[in-house]
Amino acid sequence: MKNLNLAVIASLLVLTVSPVLYSLSANAADKETVNSVATLRDHTPIMVQREPNAIPKVINKDIKQGRNYPMQPPVIPHTIRGYEVNKTNNKCMSCHSRHRTEKSQAPMVSVTHYMDRDGNFLAEMSPRRYFCNQCHVTQLDAKPLVENTFTDMHSLMKEKSKAEKH
Amino acid sequence: MKNIIILGWQTLKKPSAYYSLGALVIGGFIAGIIFWGGFNTALEVTNTEEFCISCHEMEDNVYEEMKTTIHFTNRSGVRATCPDCHVPHNWTDKIARKMQASKEVWGMIFGTIDTREKFLAHRRGLAENEWRRLKANDSLECRNCHNFDYMDFTEQSERASYQHSTALADGEKTCIDCHKGIAHQLPDMKGVEGW
Repeated sequence: MKNLNLAVIASLLVLTVSPVLYSLSANAADKETVNSVATLRDHTPIMVQREPNAIPKVINKDIKQGRNYPMQPPVIPHTIRGYEVNKTNNKCMSCHSRHRTEKSQAPMVSVTHYMDRDGNFLAEMSPRRYFCNQCHVTQLDAKPLVENTFTDMHSLMKEKSKAEKH
Repeated sequence: MKNIIILGWQTLKKPSAYYSLGALVIGGFIAGIIFWGGFNTALEVTNTEEFCISCHEMEDNVYEEMKTTIHFTNRSGVRATCPDCHVPHNWTDKIARKMQASKEVWGMIFGTIDTREKFLAHRRGLAENEWRRLKANDSLECRNCHNFDYMDFTEQSERASYQHSTALADGEKTCIDCHKGIAHQLPDMKGVEGW
């Protein structure tokens, strides 16, 4: 009888403790998999100040870069340090506006920038399209933190038609 | 009062009765050194950044704005202070600019730009003064450091080297024509050429 009691207590103990132990080990494993994606802190313990990454340089080649999808706003292929875009001035437009492109040979902003949201054309740039950096950004000469797996629709269509032929 | 002036003038007109010619000449020479040296030292004191930003108008507006630009901090640690760009190095030009600056003292005393709002309201006019000066002297204060003859176009970006080897080389444009607002924020640029 005594032995049976001991066995029951032991089995109960195992039953209660094992899920706790399991969850503990599972949590640790989870954390590891979550953190295996590189973060800016790069596994630095919470109480340690990490040495910051080097700041990458802005690409300044003046060569147009491809768009990854048809509606993508083109990226800026030059530095824009100190360019003022505010209530009074828009430095970008001193090269990219219609009457400046002949001199600057920069691409003109598309006519959609002069349309309000109802499609009416305005004489000046539409306020909703005025702040260039809302959509257009410079590119950094840096290694991506995570791999980009984006596939554009043209590649998808090509693959599909290839598969259908076979 | 009138009698004192007449007495003084009569004394100056008379030959010296007590002092030897040597004492007067050497004394005058030494006094000259002291006065000229003192004048020059005082002039140089007003030609420092500490002096410029001792007024809050300069410290809170233009100096703060400059801190974010390449003329304040950059990879090589060479920096421009206020007088490097705003006071000509040449003596006569410097004195002429210093005399103009008396208007700035007036503005300081009467608080012409003693708030940010007042400063912004005056900004276009103030900027135009500097653009005019730099345009007239072919951007001399830029060229005190940036010498066109030693520019390596191959080190510049394509756009920069194109502009510098054409418009700047021809003398058609000078630095300030394109490089407005490189050290401070811009005023409203409506109507300015190239904007």
